[in-house]
Amino acid sequence: MSTTAIANPIPTPARPAPITLVGPIGWMRANLFAGWVSSLVSLLLLFLIVKWALGFIEWGVINAVWSVPNNQTQACRDLRGTGACWAVITEKHRFILFGTYPYEEQWRAFAAILIFIALFIVSALRRFWRKELLLVWVAALGSIGVLMWGGVLGLAYVPQERWGGLVITLILATFGLAFAFPLAILVALGRRSRLPAIKALCVIYVELIRGVPLISLLFMASVMFPLFLPEGMNIDKLLRAQIAIILFAGAYLAEVVRGGLQALSRGQYEAADALGLSYWKKTGFIVLPQALRLVIPPLVNTFIGFFKDTSLVLIIGIFDLLTAGKTAIIEPAWQGFGIEVYLTVGFIYFCFCFAMSRYSQNLEAELNRHRVR
Amino acid sequence: MSTTMEAVASAARADAPPAIMLDKVNKWYGAMHVLRDVSLNVAMGERLVVCGPSGSGKSTLIRCINRLETHQEGSIKVDGIELSDDLRALDAIRREVGMVFQSFNLFPHLTVLENCTLAPIWVRHMPKAEAETLAMEYLERVKIPEQAQKYPGQLSGGQQQRVAIARALCMKPKIMLFDEPTSALDPEMIKEVLEVMVGLAETGMTMVCVTHEMGFARQVADRVVFMDRGEIVEQGPPGEIFENPRTDRLKLFLSQILRGH
Ligand SMILES: Nc1ncnc2c1ncn2[C@@H]1O[C@H](COP(=O)(O)OP(=O)(O)O)[C@@H](O)[C@H]1O
Ligand SMILES: [Mg+2]
Repeated sequence: MSTTAIANPIPTPARPAPITLVGPIGWMRANLFAGWVSSLVSLLLLFLIVKWALGFIEWGVINAVWSVPNNQTQACRDLRGTGACWAVITEKHRFILFGTYPYEEQWRAFAAILIFIALFIVSALRRFWRKELLLVWVAALGSIGVLMWGGVLGLAYVPQERWGGLVITLILATFGLAFAFPLAILVALGRRSRLPAIKALCVIYVELIRGVPLISLLFMASVMFPLFLPEGMNIDKLLRAQIAIILFAGAYLAEVVRGGLQALSRGQYEAADALGLSYWKKTGFIVLPQALRLVIPPLVNTFIGFFKDTSLVLIIGIFDLLTAGKTAIIEPAWQGFGIEVYLTVGFIYFCFCFAMSRYSQNLEAELNRHRVR
Repeated sequence: MSTTMEAVASAARADAPPAIMLDKVNKWYGAMHVLRDVSLNVAMGERLVVCGPSGSGKSTLIRCINRLETHQEGSIKVDGIELSDDLRALDAIRREVGMVFQSFNLFPHLTVLENCTLAPIWVRHMPKAEAETLAMEYLERVKIPEQAQKYPGQLSGGQQQRVAIARALCMKPKIMLFDEPTSALDPEMIKEVLEVMVGLAETGMTMVCVTHEMGFARQVADRVVFMDRGEIVEQGPPGEIFENPRTDRLKLFLSQILRGH
């Protein structure tokens, strides 16, 4: 037997893996109940999660008060914390979203928010990544300006001091990143320039701006900047804050982009040079597409950070989303319902940031397909 | 000795004007003298092989020809144009000189086809469709038309190097420079790349190849140049250089690469 040759003329057919190895059961066995310690921890955590979720549903849904008649918050106060008073949101949601924008004109601010969201969605879809997208941005941002300011096309003029809420946050974040990102790319390229003057300028810019807190930049923009302007000339407060944010974000993003530029091998530059590509073509077709792909995660990290940092404009008296929420509960009748308001405001921030985060993960996977064999 | 070589080259292509003229070129990296009084003429249509030990300045020499490196003394003329700081001259030369690198240097984020069409479209201002037809023609010549839609990372080293050759050829250069195109490849892939290079040599392309592939040198080279420590030590037809080395430096070098193979 041991010396006879063995031949197997019929190939063994593949069998499906045992049910205990694949599918949800297999997954749970491997990841949740792989041993008695693991099982114990899993059960304990499961218990805590369920308990917390039930508690939240009881507070936020079952015991909650959704609306009260004309500012009579007694019903809410009677809950003594056992239920949420969503009535504060029902009552104040317009203030949180639009600030002190005139009530009858708030549809304009709402339209602006919708345009922003549509703009984000269109920009996110790769099939729209063409030169025309730039025009779409110009048109969208222009029409948002017209909607918000008015004074033309039969729209009543609304001074900037009355803008507020989510619109302000979206304006600061979108304009901020839309201008900071190209600025950052130029600065990052400039820092690697062979021309000493350009290089020095970029280094000084990055180091100066990174060296001070955003709050102090905002203060400078709001208090000191006007002192340098000629008599009678006045730049809108929001615009000054916007410039401060652009400069600040630009410095941070520039460093992120520079990291990507450094990761590129010298051979890529040489191959582009040898083919006769000019500096800008080399940069646009070879260098930036590769460098930016590499830094999508830190780039989006910085984007998300700045989306939330726009809330710092409250210190110079601009009503962004967070400040509007805070102001909404100053009124005595609504004092004490901060949790509900902050949860709501936090949820709005979360939606935008989480969308950015998920989108960036998809984008990264898709754009870096060429690196997978 | 240099007169015999001159005779060989000029006998072969007496009527052709020189494609590349180097006259007493000197180059330093910091304090290190890497090219020492290098003078070399390459005739139009000539196939030149440059060999020499590692660090002898072969790469530096051919990188000076398309000005990836700048020389400090002497003059270099390519296709009749003097290399200088003049950017227009630089553009003109880079359009006429193709280069293939040891490490391929394909653009990893572009498909094989896009790698090949990028420069024709943006440097030669060729319409996209025309550039693609041209690229497919050259991909066929290097025998990988079926890989056109793949990314470089999905190809083997030999295939990547052939794409790199096609990419350079798509610019329709008059001169091709090769810097050790096969030394990063596994032995079984060297052959496929050399075959493509032999095919190219048969079309009459002016080629300067840094390589230690002696079989290739014997088969296609009109002349072999041996460099050591930044200077040209010996040059002549491949048979003469490989069979009758005159200097000890070349003898030593030949014994080393023969042992290596
Ligand atoms: N960018 C550089 N900076 C400094 N030294 C260099 C650089 N490139 C090459 N060298 C040096 O110049 C000499 C010649 O290099 P190279 O032309 O690459 O030689 P080869 O290609 O013959 O191996 C070597 O001593 C190398 O270390
Ligand atoms: Mg070399």
